[in-house]
Amino acid sequence: MAQIRYTKDHEYIRVEGGEGVVGISEHAQSQLGDVVFAEPPPVRKMVKAGDPTAVVESVKAASDVFTPVSGEVVAVNSEVEATPGLINEDALGRGWLFRIRLADPTELDGLMDEAAYSDYLKTLG
Amino acid sequence: MSDDAVLKTPLHALHIDLGARMGPFAGYDMPIQYPSGILAEHLHTRKAAGLFDVSHMGQALLESADHASLAAFLETLVPADILNLEPGRQRYTQLLNESGGVIDDLMATRPPGADGVLRLVVNAARKAVDFALIRERLPRAMRLTLLDEAALIALQGPLAAPTLARLVPGEGLESMKFMSARPARLAGVETFVSRSGYTGEDGYEISLPAARADMFARVLLREPGVASIGLGARDSLRLEAGLCLYGHELDETVDPVEAALAWSIQKRRRAEGGFPGQNRILRALANGPDRGRVGLRPDGRAPAREGTVIVSAEGAAIGVVTSGGFGPSIGAPIAMGFVDHAHAPVGTAVGLVVRGKALSARVAALPFHPHAYYRG
Repeated sequence: MAQIRYTKDHEYIRVEGGEGVVGISEHAQSQLGDVVFAEPPPVRKMVKAGDPTAVVESVKAASDVFTPVSGEVVAVNSEVEATPGLINEDALGRGWLFRIRLADPTELDGLMDEAAYSDYLKTLG
Repeated sequence: MSDDAVLKTPLHALHIDLGARMGPFAGYDMPIQYPSGILAEHLHTRKAAGLFDVSHMGQALLESADHASLAAFLETLVPADILNLEPGRQRYTQLLNESGGVIDDLMATRPPGADGVLRLVVNAARKAVDFALIRERLPRAMRLTLLDEAALIALQGPLAAPTLARLVPGEGLESMKFMSARPARLAGVETFVSRSGYTGEDGYEISLPAARADMFARVLLREPGVASIGLGARDSLRLEAGLCLYGHELDETVDPVEAALAWSIQKRRRAEGGFPGQNRILRALANGPDRGRVGLRPDGRAPAREGTVIVSAEGAAIGVVTSGGFGPSIGAPIAMGFVDHAHAPVGTAVGLVVRGKALSARVAALPFHPHAYYRG
């Protein structure tokens, strides 16, 4: 069964088997506002947890998307490159950015589950 | 009082009521965007009417015994022809330092019938500097009065004129020409109205007493097609319109000629001089400036933000982006920046260094979106 985990930088990873789908959280898209540009990483890129791996930009500002886990990028969402507004419409669904094969599944233990993330958002005021 | 106390405009409560996302700007707590978001607010202004709170800007009256003496004084600080500014007209100009750099850009308006009065509107972030400079130079017989109790509301877009005409029939506001100004009684409030703005659209800027501003804005917002617009869309609108923003395109190192504002220096001043930094400015007018402000269109979809280095086709650094983002009415990224003279012609291929890569772009004509000013 898929499990979702969040970072303090508001990325999510939805893990199923040995792979995870990464995007930005509902909170992040709402804070960012209208997304006008999304740049997923190249397929087959090897990344380490915390590396700036994708870029999303709103009218006002550019934001790096840091990969929540280490591994190899195995697929990217080309639909979101053509239609960046999908990130606003459906951040957790059609607005995903890239799929990664996990190098070390224990890295997930350092991330927040849905309940912990929800508590974390409350601390941000 | 502490210097970093946050200032509020007379419309602050309205912004909160409307659900604005607020943020700091020039010491004020200002609406960055409303719930509809920057893209929707931008496009709304282009097709209907947007209401902007610009009460943070500095408004003042400059007074003397007659217009000629007032103009002679102001012309020692700015390069525009103030002497020949007709009653009921306004001019865009710049306060200059001794080397011709821009201390601030501003609007100077001569009210109808006025002989010895100018209204000034300056940038919020520069008003303390500007007014201190004017005070320091002010002859004893003249007076500078800050209009701290005045709000300033801009109504911009193709529905601005029809809306005001419907709200105040018989005032003739729809026949005012671009860059004209006069007092008007609107919704029972004594205001001073100019046909001007900062979006490239037709529209008005309305100065009125702070105490009536909230009521007046709410009256306007009840009109069909009028929506409140935040500073985010104000910035994307002015960028598409190719207009300078102080602190970005303009600062004390930039002169008005290289900022592509030579049009705001009228013939008489070019002939007579007498403004700060005239050597540099007259030389740039005669020979062309060494660098110039240009529009930039990236070929791809990635925006190039302020500070992005501009390189030539050969990879040499030739300039820097001063404002950049996405143009909602263009549907593509747009930017302005300064490049050296050789690379300033429209169509020149350049590179914009974004995240370590030189993305291909072209020098583009300004404005990106055509102006829709009402010239009668």
